Order: sequence, then C-alpha cells, then structure tokens
Amino acid sequence: MLQYTIRRLLSLIPVMLIVSIIVFLIVHLTPGNPAYLILGEDSSQESIEQLEVQLGLDKPMVVQFFSWIGNVLTGDLGQSVYSSEPVTQIIIDHLGPTFSLMVISLVLTLLVAIPTAIFVVWKRNTALDPIFISISLLGVSIPEFWFAMLMVLCFGVAIPIFPVAGYIPVAEGAINWFYHLFLPAFVLAAVEIGLVARMLRDGMLESVNQDYTRTAKAKGVKESIVLMKHVFFNALIPTTTVIGTTIAGLLGGTVIIETMFTIPGIGQLLIDSIYRRDYPVIQGVILFIAAIYVLVNLLVDLLYAVLDPRIRYD
Amino acid sequence: MFKNKRNLLAAGVLLLIIVATITASLWLKFPPTHIDPEARLLSPSGKNWFGTDHFGRDIFGLTIVAARVTLFVGVVVALLSTVLGTITGLIAGYYKKAEFIIMRIIDGMLAFPALLLALALVAALGGNVTNIIIALTFAFWPVMTRIVRSAVLQVNNIQYIEAAKTTGTGDLVILFRYILPNVLSPIIVQGTFIFAKAILAEAALSFLGVGIDPSTPTWGTMLQESQVYITIAPWFSIFPGVAIVITVLALNMLGDGLRDAFDPHKKNQKKSTKKLFRNRKQKYA
Amino acid sequence: MLEVKNLKVHLDTASGIVKAVDGVSFHVKAGETVGIVGESGSGKSVLAHSLMQLNPVPPATYPQGEIIFENRNLLDLKEKELRKIRGNEIAMIFQDPMSSLNPVFKIGNQLMEAIRTHQSMSRQNAEEKALELLKDVGIPDPKSRLNDYPHQFSGGMRQRVLIAIALACQPKLLIADEPTTALDVTIQAQILELMKDIQKKYGTAIIIITHDLGVVAQLADRVLVMYSGRIVEEGITGDIFYHTSMPYTWSLLRSLPRLDSDIHQRLKSIQGQPPNLVDPPKGCNFSPRCPFVTEQCLEVDPSLVDRGNGHRAACILSESEYEERKHEIQDIEREGVEQ
Repeated sequence: MLQYTIRRLLSLIPVMLIVSIIVFLIVHLTPGNPAYLILGEDSSQESIEQLEVQLGLDKPMVVQFFSWIGNVLTGDLGQSVYSSEPVTQIIIDHLGPTFSLMVISLVLTLLVAIPTAIFVVWKRNTALDPIFISISLLGVSIPEFWFAMLMVLCFGVAIPIFPVAGYIPVAEGAINWFYHLFLPAFVLAAVEIGLVARMLRDGMLESVNQDYTRTAKAKGVKESIVLMKHVFFNALIPTTTVIGTTIAGLLGGTVIIETMFTIPGIGQLLIDSIYRRDYPVIQGVILFIAAIYVLVNLLVDLLYAVLDPRIRYD
Repeated sequence: MFKNKRNLLAAGVLLLIIVATITASLWLKFPPTHIDPEARLLSPSGKNWFGTDHFGRDIFGLTIVAARVTLFVGVVVALLSTVLGTITGLIAGYYKKAEFIIMRIIDGMLAFPALLLALALVAALGGNVTNIIIALTFAFWPVMTRIVRSAVLQVNNIQYIEAAKTTGTGDLVILFRYILPNVLSPIIVQGTFIFAKAILAEAALSFLGVGIDPSTPTWGTMLQESQVYITIAPWFSIFPGVAIVITVLALNMLGDGLRDAFDPHKKNQKKSTKKLFRNRKQKYA
Repeated sequence: MLEVKNLKVHLDTASGIVKAVDGVSFHVKAGETVGIVGESGSGKSVLAHSLMQLNPVPPATYPQGEIIFENRNLLDLKEKELRKIRGNEIAMIFQDPMSSLNPVFKIGNQLMEAIRTHQSMSRQNAEEKALELLKDVGIPDPKSRLNDYPHQFSGGMRQRVLIAIALACQPKLLIADEPTTALDVTIQAQILELMKDIQKKYGTAIIIITHDLGVVAQLADRVLVMYSGRIVEEGITGDIFYHTSMPYTWSLLRSLPRLDSDIHQRLKSIQGQPPNLVDPPKGCNFSPRCPFVTEQCLEVDPSLVDRGNGHRAACILSESEYEERKHEIQDIEREGVEQ
C-alpha cells in the first residue's frame, strides 16, 4: 500500500508539469498582444509597454515560463490586472462558496444515487429498469444551464419557495446557508445523479450474476442483505472512480451555476475575469482547479486501493 | 445494429432534425430572418407555433435554422476528436516508447474538467465557430485517445496479430488493417457520445457569452438571448432547450444502444444461463 | 430423506425453451453418497441448483415435479421458508472456488455469516465455531487465516473454506457441484479425501455432481447417469461400472483410461455433440450418437427399465441384445486394429 501510494504520488509530477505548460500556453495562444487586449483599443503605447514589463511579456517565452513556474511553486500566482490584488488571495477569498456548493451537491448526488441503484437492481426484472435507464439518459442530455433556468422559473418565479440568488456564509447561520444553496446544488447534482446511479447499477447487475452472490444465497442469506452487502460493496469499488469524474463535472458545472445564481465563488470569478481579460486570474483559477482535480483523483485512487483488498495487500 | 427499436427511433429522430434544418429554406413559412417589431415576444399560437422572440422573429423557424451551426459544430468536433484520438491512441497502444510521452500529455489534458479547458481556450482564442471547434476538440479528444489505447492493448496480444508481426508485416498495415477494425466499435460509440457532449458544451459556452457571436443563431445563443425574457416569455427559453434535449438524448440513446449492440456479453443478457454453460464448456476444453 | 419426482426445469432463452431437466426422479437416503455424472450441458448442474432453487429466475422455471425433502415439497415453499433450509439443512459447494468467495470480505466474515444466518450466536461463539470448522477442513493456522481475504488463499484452500461454509450448520444434505473440476489433480485427491472424512464425521448425505467417473468411483454409493436432461442409467456404483446396461454409460467408460485395459487399445471418444435441448431428436435422445443404434431407437423414446438390484437403464435393447451388440462392436474394432 505504501509503495502504491508513493508510486501514485510520483506519477503526479509529469501530470502537473503538463498541466502547468497548458495553463501557461493558454494565455500565450492569444492572438495579438495580451497587454493590448487587456488595456483595450484606445490605450497609449506607453501604458502597453509598462504592462508588458509588469507581466514579463518582454522576455523570451521559455524564460517567462520558468519564472512563472518558480513563482507558482512558492504560492505566488501573480497579480490581478483588474484589482492589483495577489491572485492567490483572490482565489482564497472565493473558495468558500464553491466549496460549500460542491459539498452539498456531492452529498446530494450520493444520497440519491446509491439508494436508487440498489432499488433498481432489487427490482431488476420489472419495468422499472428500462424506465430508470431512460431517466438517467435524459439526465445527462439536459443542458445544465437550461435546467437551472427551468428551476428558477418553477421555484423562484412561479412558486417562489427558494431564493434564486445570493450566498450566505455558514458562519452566518447554517440553515440559511443551506437554504440559499439548495436549488443551485440540486441543479448541479441532477446530472451527476443519473451518471453515478447508472454506473452503480451496471456494476451491481454484473455482481448479481457472480459466483460469490450465489454462494451467499446458498447460505440462506436474505436477498436484501445479499444485495446490500455482497453485491453493493463489490459494485462500490469500481464506482469510486466515477466520483472523480463526478467532481470534474461539478467543477465544470460551478462555472455555469455560480454565474446564474450569483454565487461569488471560483466559477463566477473565472467568468468575470474572462470578461475583464484579467489573464493572471484566469491562469491562476484554471491551474488551481486542475490541481484540485488531480488531487481528488489521487484520493479516489487511494480510496479504491483501501476498499479493494486485492490492491491493498499487493 | 438497428435491430433494437430504441436505436432505430434515435437514428430516425436525428435524421429528421438534419433533413429539416438542411431543407428549412424550402418549406419554412416564416423565414426566421423576418423581423417584425409589432410581433415581439408573442406566445405560441397557430401562426407562430413556438411564439416569437424579442425581434418578432418566429422561434420555430429560428430553432430549425439554428440547428445548422449547432449540429455542424457537433459533427466536426466529433470527427476531429475521433481522428486525432484514434491516431494518437493507436500509436500509444502500439509503440511502447511513444506511449509514455503521449499518455502523460493526455493525463495532463484530462486533469482539466472538459468544459473549463474549452472555456479557457475560447477565452484566449476569441469566440467564433472555428475557435469553438478547436477548443472543444482539444477538450474532448484526450478521452478518445485513452479509450483507443486501452482497446489496442487488449487486441495487441491476439494471436493473429502476433503472427502478422512475426511474418514481418509492416507496422502501418498491422495498425490499420488488423488492429483498427478490431477497436472500431468503442471508437464509434465514443464518437457518438462526443457529438452529444459537444452540442451541450457549445450551448453552455454560447450561453456564458464566451462562445459563438449572438448574431449567429445556435441553440446556445438563442438561450442566452432568451434569458432576460424568461419571466415574461418563457417559451423563448423552453423551445430551444427542448431541441437540445431531444437531439442530445437521441445521440446518447444511440451511443448507449450501439455499445450494447457491439458488446457480445450484453447482447445475450437474457440468456445468462446459456452464457454460464458456454463458460463452463470453455473451461473443459 | 430427499425424493425428487418427475422434476422438470425449463430455461426460457432467446432461442427458445431449453428443457434443461426433463422429468427426473431419484432419491437420496440419509448418510448416502449419490453421484450424478454426465457431459457438460447434460443438465446436471441445473438439476443440482434447482434442488435449492438457485437457478437464476428468469430464465429458469419449474413447470412440473416435486422435490420432497423431509416431507416438505421444496417447490411449494415460500422464499422465506426456503431460506431456512438453504445453508442450514441443505448446503452446497460450487465448481469454481476462485470466484465463489466474495473478494472484498474476510474469510472469517463470510464463514461467520453462514453460521449466524441460521443460529443465534454471539460473535465470539461464532468465531470459535468458525475456527473449529476451519480446523475440520484442514486449514493450517486457522486463527490468523480468519482475517485473510480470499485472494490470499490458493484454489484448494479456498475450496476447503467453501466446504467449511457449507458445513457451518451441519446440513443433512451436501450438494457438491463439480467440487474438484477447477483444481489441480493432486489437490483434487485431497479434497475428495476431505469429503470422505467429513461424511464420516458429520454423517451428511452427499450428492456429488461431476463429469469425472473417477471421482464417482471413489466416492459414490450409487450413481445416476444423466444425458440431455434425463437420467439414462441408475444403480449402485459397482453395477454401473461392471454391469453397464446403457450404451451412453458404456461409451463414457470407454473414454476413460484404465489400468487393466490392453495397452494397444485406444481410448474411444463419443462421436457427435449433445442434442439441442430446445428441439430434441425424435426417439431416443442418444440415438444420433449411439454405436448400438437400431431402427427402432429412432422411433421409440425409452423409459427407465428395471434390471434388478435397483439398477435401471433407459434403453430398449434387452440385456442379451445389448451384450450381443457390444461384442459385435468390440470384434469389429479388434479386426480394425489387427489390419
């Protein structure tokens, strides 16, 4: 297990290197002069040159990359062109709402997906299964932002029972915090519920036909216990990998959902920065999200190993 | 392949949408370019089935015409991703030395949520149809590479391929004549899913205002424009969204159905006991 | 103790209804060992699974017959009542020990689950019982192995664990479905030895399903020969081996190497394939492959005929006709070898 962990940690180095190259290149792909784009058409030659020096754009690209990466490694992501604040600080300031949103969505996803999958597998020889498949396919076919619009229309306008904008920190009351985040978190989770439940169902159906399930039945164990113990835990192991992709989906979704529900998180920060052409912030946010995602996948892999004794004892 | 009723239905719906949008100018009664300030934001009626937008344009016609760019982006992204992903996947699966480099780059690209990568690229490149296609292709092909590579690794050890190698058959011949046909089914399935995802992603980017210019009608740009009027003219938001859902659902159903059709195990799911017998027989042999 | 009467099991597949078990009757007495032999696809495994109704439903259905166990028809019981019998009064061990244990739970957990499903017992007592069982099936250092996972055991050791699980509640009947097929030859012998010991110690009746006549010769008191979902010959083990009265059994025996046979004699495989069970041939099911076949065989479907001493065979040939045909075939073969 220790060896596995070390090997897994080492494999992060090339991945993060590629990630940082991509993030670096994104800004330098920009056609034309970034300083010119940031400052707009009617800026003076002087101010453009000044900004170029500030951003280090006057140096060769390789030099720029290494000085950037050096700064990143010390936690310095540069300075916002828009507000002149350090990017790292801006990201930290926007972390709370995004983190809250993600946690509620993830919990919501698992809370709905797991019992649904078990129930569907329990009733596997009924019409429920094809209905479930259709609903989960429908779930991944709905644009998130459009579903959000419908939900706002339903529960914000027609039957106004949920707030459709704003964010209240937990510190100012957990109930209010949850109440404000419920609708956006639900929209965010809706797509992922279908995916996770489908994966779990596929895994469980495979497990149902395995020899060990028959052994359990031959022992005289109740069908419900066979499903919830023997079948479920075997299906859970491959499903943990989906949690990685779920979090990626949620991270991508926060950009849309935060913008629509005016939640001041990382996603809204990214969109605002794109409008403002605040490249250091864009770079910082993208790098930060990628790092989080890589870290989540690492944790998922380790969780997989912990759950599966065949890897744990390897 | 089309034995399954569901596959047939999905393929039929897609074909209908494609034919409708291509031939739109021949049969649409109210061309969507027709602006009528008198008829702004009318609710659905016998004349304007889906109502009208803030310029008084017929939303039904607009939805039909908007499918062109939307589907074009989807098809091109799916094709480009498939070609790029297949080539890199074949190389990575076949040449051990190239594998390390290609897969590390792919891992790095997959470290970004696809939508975010596309968003950042479009932000840098600027929003137009070409750049959207580039950005989405960049976001989606790494998955294809990974799938093709693992499929290649599975067939690489099959005996007739080993045999072809030992008889000195050229690498290109082995890759394209022996290996590619064997990994085609996951490629087709994944290509279908990428088509679906590209439509969703294009809509999302356009909706966020970083995608295609609002003057080009796509389902995404229509929804972006409708957002302001959602409380007074909900039909403006509902119909383009329904169009996306139907198209993407048809694609996802097709992909799902194709996967089942290609999967020799799933095909016989009803005959699970028969499978049991077959496995047992193999054990005896 | 167990009496099966005219049991039919059908499998509803996409290509039609497979009559996997087609009117089988037999009985098992307390403490007895009965062997069921046949080729793969003869329906012997489906038959074994149907005794505990472990065939997946769908596709399995039980359209006809009775399974009387201790005066109850198991086919009439509700799922809940059936569960009280499974693993408690009737237990089963399976063909593939590699996949029959759940990979994510410890051996101790799976063993104690078998114990505590039917007996209300504290964890500690159950653990003691589990230890005792592991000792009985010959697992060295049972105490530490309780905390091991299945993948840490070899195939033979896993089969021992599965036998321990089956013995957890001291069942009256143990059904062993090809218990040695997936194991190495040396391990096979050990497992068979273990089963003999267990029968002595626990007095359990055993039904052993196998395609291996050697296993049957070692273990069984009585033998049932199955072909295409039916019993075609039945009798005490000695009679089956030395007074064979059915061409199929005879062919099976000839496909085995024997120490006492002429070294120049070749092993004879059985020609052809088992019949299609969706649409079986007219007349005797074995007739298309039978070396003894007569015109009558293509018309008449033989039923089991008593040959004395509980020996029954499904063949229309009388004993003298059968012997005559047998000698004819052997003569022809001998001439072939000499030429």
